[in-house]
Amino acid sequence: MAVATNPQTGLPDNVMVSRLDALANWCRKNSLWPMPFATACCGIELMATGASRHDLARFGAEVFRFSPRQCDLMIVAGRVVMKMLPVLQRIWQQMPEPKWCISMGACASTGGVFDTYCVVQGIDRFIPVDMYVPGCPPRPEQLIQGIIDLQDKIQREGTLSGKEFALPQRQQRKRALVELPIIGQ
Amino acid sequence: MPAAPETVNAIKGRFAEAVESEFRGQTRVIAPRESLFDMLQFLRGTRGFDLLVDITCVDYLNYRDAIERFGLVYLLANVETSERITIRCFLDEPDLTVPSVTSLWAGADWMEREVWDMFGIHFEGHPDLRRILLPDEYTAFPLRKDYPLQGRGERHNFPVLRRDQS
Ligand code: SF4
Repeated sequence: MAVATNPQTGLPDNVMVSRLDALANWCRKNSLWPMPFATACCGIELMATGASRHDLARFGAEVFRFSPRQCDLMIVAGRVVMKMLPVLQRIWQQMPEPKWCISMGACASTGGVFDTYCVVQGIDRFIPVDMYVPGCPPRPEQLIQGIIDLQDKIQREGTLSGKEFALPQRQQRKRALVELPIIGQ
Repeated sequence: MPAAPETVNAIKGRFAEAVESEFRGQTRVIAPRESLFDMLQFLRGTRGFDLLVDITCVDYLNYRDAIERFGLVYLLANVETSERITIRCFLDEPDLTVPSVTSLWAGADWMEREVWDMFGIHFEGHPDLRRILLPDEYTAFPLRKDYPLQGRGERHNFPVLRRDQS
């Protein structure tokens, strides 16, 4: 049986035309393999997100790998202390490109209520972050929304060679350290 | 359970300078630094306090009525008789050295390292007195009261990984 020809493109109907970038983005966004960097209570919600009730597999991101070499999405769930930060940076550097990072919860994003000498006040001071998920802890729905938004972002601005990562607006600025006064001092 | 009267009397008989008190069923003995090790050795060897529950410390800086700055706390228990006793020892700067009790209870190893890490109390004779919780390059003792809650910038002393470098 002959395949009809598309009058606009002149190609058979079973041939689709796209940009290579879009094709690569489509593959990448639907097979995000998370690296669960779960250091505190947010990690429990992260586990719930991966479990059957919320089922992250629906979005192609259920393959949690504990080896950074096999991951392309780092989910930092929980507070990061200064002894853990070099570990976090090492793991981030071990992940192959292209890679993305979700900062899950108030602690990973800002230090949360733990404004003490050993807790890093936001991982985005030291590693690049693509998506922030607010909440303490965020519900699994929120994390899933974060992953969907990240998928949108990958589809929108991703390139085959990853040159969007070199854009100036993707470089995090060094944040000024604003110390809040402590009550009673 | 408080310490048995025989234990308290034995301590008092041997260490005349020990000050004993009881509060809500808990026995507390204040030992001068000179006789601290002997008293712990006596309790371990003769009175059967075979369990060292914890070693910790309190910083009494700016605390009302406090004379010495640091108060070491040794919590001991006798598993056989369920007796419990608290030994306290007060120290003041600049000499923050006490003998290590790792030779009496092997479990004192990590507890003494923690007290060293957080308060800077030096345990003489400890086999491996390193920091246990904080990174090795840390220089302050953060549970001292004159250490700021938010630290002195240690938590932001890291290289920044930029997107195009990583
Ligand atoms: S944001 Fe809340 S739930 Fe998450 S790690 Fe911090 S304290 Fe725990």
